[in-house]
Amino acid sequence: MFRNVSELVELAISKNIPISEVMITQEMEVKGWTKEAIIEQMAKSLDVMEQAVERGLKEGIKSHSGLTGGDAVLLQKYIASGKSLAGETVLDAVSKAVATNEVNAAMGTICATPTAGSAGVVPGTLFALREKLKPTRDEMVRFLFTSGAFGFVVANNASISGAAGGCQAEVGSASGMASAAIVELAGGNPEQSAHAMAIALKNMLGLVCDPVAGLVEVPCVKRNAIGASIAITAADMALAGIESRIPCDEVIDAMYKIGESMPTALKETAQGGLAATPTGRELEAKIYGIPLRKK
Amino acid sequence: MKYKSVFDIIGPIMIGPSSSHTAGAARIGRIARSLFGRKPKWAVISFYGSFAKTYRGHGTDVAIVGGILDFDTFDSRIRESIKIAKQEGIKIRMVEEDALTDHPNTAKIQLGDDQGELEVVGISIGGGKVEVIELNGFVLRLSGNQPALLVVHNDRYGAIASVANLLAKHEINVGHMEVGRKEKGSEALMTIEVDQNLEDPVIKEIEQLPYIIKATRIHD
Repeated sequence: MFRNVSELVELAISKNIPISEVMITQEMEVKGWTKEAIIEQMAKSLDVMEQAVERGLKEGIKSHSGLTGGDAVLLQKYIASGKSLAGETVLDAVSKAVATNEVNAAMGTICATPTAGSAGVVPGTLFALREKLKPTRDEMVRFLFTSGAFGFVVANNASISGAAGGCQAEVGSASGMASAAIVELAGGNPEQSAHAMAIALKNMLGLVCDPVAGLVEVPCVKRNAIGASIAITAADMALAGIESRIPCDEVIDAMYKIGESMPTALKETAQGGLAATPTGRELEAKIYGIPLRKK
Repeated sequence: MKYKSVFDIIGPIMIGPSSSHTAGAARIGRIARSLFGRKPKWAVISFYGSFAKTYRGHGTDVAIVGGILDFDTFDSRIRESIKIAKQEGIKIRMVEEDALTDHPNTAKIQLGDDQGELEVVGISIGGGKVEVIELNGFVLRLSGNQPALLVVHNDRYGAIASVANLLAKHEINVGHMEVGRKEKGSEALMTIEVDQNLEDPVIKEIEQLPYIIKATRIHD
């Protein structure tokens, strides 16, 4: 069983197999299932992700609080206008990440990757790259195993919980996971996947979890949006041959330590950050029909 | 390692909006229901830390009640669970606690009816994964990933060996085992995670062993 990214990469290189295959093999041992059963199980998650993206893009779904919804559709219209500055693939990923999180905020059905609050980044980038790289269904399922392998390391060595480590542990982890998987899908090698993960996560370090009114909406939806764009950019950088000076495992360790020293008010308690801004407090009071908190 | 499976990372498939505060809460509720073994007449749910501060926004309340109604994380009835509980005659009370706990996402669930009561403390550690850390005052660690057997017994020599022998007889492999007691010679608890699902006759057989008070199982 691999305990860190360097062992994961080492396993892939020594056996001359992709990261996704290392993850599938380990899962077969852990679960005692056949390879087909493991892949079948992951394919179900892929179906759920696809349905969530489609629903978010089609319906312009609104959350119960009214704080989020409809932005995925706005972006798709903007992309169609041909005026986009960031480029179609990046914006499509952003839109599809937003779609997933809008469905999540409306208590729709999603697949946590690695959490529900960060569920947009991995499917957002995957379904945007489907247009460009034309992967087979099997390659799309493999994308999830590669993401999962890197997430597995983060979860065991740091945290994937906003309450324990802030948003860097959620959207930060998701961006790193997606970035590593993009590299593999685009034909990069395992070491480049690790560099992509490190570059993405480095740019999310210190990010706090400060949801307005405690809802997984503001700023979570937009953080998934930018998380998706970071994932693609970091993957492009790694594919270009750029390396992270700080090894991936040390970045993960830094994330853990930053999370430990982060004040509780900034770890999913709705007590600090954006949640405690005048507008944040006003929205909270309106949603719950309670008097405005003065603090 | 806390996380053993890739499906802990890519998954669960669930009703939004939060894996720790919604899916994890539903799982804690469902474990409590499974340990209680039947539909309760009443439930008292206490929230601590981040759970206490944000449970309304995350639907932690409906999720945990959904779990108590035996709904899975992807069951869309979770959204209506409080209404459904009312229809089924279950009295629900929620308490926001100020006390500091080791883990920020902690919930205590007390379930009861005319026949008995049960108290479970669970934590939601991220991505929908949960651990049960206390049962009726006993400290324990239960991942919820594997079928598990909980045996309440008298703190006497041979009790643990007799249960282990019986599992061996049925060719059931033990993955993880913990034993705890409140004080010497009083009631004690064995927590045993096993590789196979446990059938009813095995549970009955365990309960007939000397010094065994009660055996309960939790499936994967």
